[in-house]
Amino acid sequence: MPATAWQSAADPDPTSHPCGLARLLSVELEPFEKIVDRHGPTVLRVCCAVLGPAAAQDAWSETFLAALQAYPGLRPGSNVEAWLVTIAHRKAIDHARAQARHAIPASDLPEQPSRDGIPGAGDHDLWGAVKELPPKQRESVAYHYLAGLPYADVAGILGGTPEAARRAAADGIAALRQAYLSPHRAAEEEGKAR
Amino acid sequence: MMTQPQDLAAAELFGGLPEVGEEALSRLHARLAADADAAGILDVAYRTIDTPVGPLLLAATGKGLIRVAYATENHDRVLDQLATRVSPRVLRAPVRLDPAAREIEEYFAGRRTRFELPLDLRLSTGFRRLVLTQLPGIAYGTTASYAAMAVAAGSPRAVRAVGTACATNPLPVVVPCHRVVRSDGTLGNYVGGTAAKQALLTLEGAS
Repeated sequence: MPATAWQSAADPDPTSHPCGLARLLSVELEPFEKIVDRHGPTVLRVCCAVLGPAAAQDAWSETFLAALQAYPGLRPGSNVEAWLVTIAHRKAIDHARAQARHAIPASDLPEQPSRDGIPGAGDHDLWGAVKELPPKQRESVAYHYLAGLPYADVAGILGGTPEAARRAAADGIAALRQAYLSPHRAAEEEGKAR
Repeated sequence: MMTQPQDLAAAELFGGLPEVGEEALSRLHARLAADADAAGILDVAYRTIDTPVGPLLLAATGKGLIRVAYATENHDRVLDQLATRVSPRVLRAPVRLDPAAREIEEYFAGRRTRFELPLDLRLSTGFRRLVLTQLPGIAYGTTASYAAMAVAAGSPRAVRAVGTACATNPLPVVVPCHRVVRSDGTLGNYVGGTAAKQALLTLEGAS
């Protein structure tokens, strides 16, 4: 992963500034509490989209704990949202691997995982439809449309080009439209007709 | 950039998602604070408490209470200073402040005359710190003059410096700079304002 993934293009390395002046002028890191406050809800949605509502809380906790650990080393002025999504992405990969390792027979699964307080959890066929997407599409959709990252940042996290990320997101949205919006509309129409 | 058709579809797909629940977030926040503390990376924990002299911000490191701040000091600015001077790993984590909150509540209820809390004095250095370590020697219910404190600190002529040490006390209320008054009997300044100083001295029965 490129080390610059979470630095915005408009904010070049402050330490490379002539005379090192930028370092003196650079804004100090704000209290981590503000980061949790500002980005907590978005990261939870991203975790829901990428891992599903049941695993989202664990992934959120691991993401913010890892972020807190690394926070003092973050360059002031970095794009914090992209940095958090990068960490969440790694945690999601870890989770997916762990799930694959500890795969339990479907018959042992609880009927309904706890969706307590999870955004859009009642609307689980949307997350269900997102879950059916190929990983690259799912992640591109989550990082661009839910986290609001530009495709350049999405590509920085996933690898590949921004154009490929854009295509993956567009394909993902098209598939969701097909799988989720169309049946919903059809159901609504049917409801009206009755 | 032009709006792409998929952007509209995405807005339709995700625009209807409800807001993330406050309750779920506060549960996650509490879990983060506990995990961070267990992992030894909760460098600064804080909370606020309501008192008769207004809301007080309490902050503690692993070593002890590091900061008490009046609302007049601007709590957001105080947290920014802690992030800069101590560590940016700052989280609202009330549990670590439970003992301090309890003792301060007891103090304002008139049931406590001295604090027994571990303190982290790193925000104060040199002569100022020396003065702070002398302040708990002024008994509850009594006062001392700036001049007397200068003598106690071993620098009789450093009366102004004693004033500065009190004005920059990072632990007001707990380290009793409010018990230092002018030689002419008037109150003198106070980090929480003169009214707060008067209220504390009245509570203690010193005036």
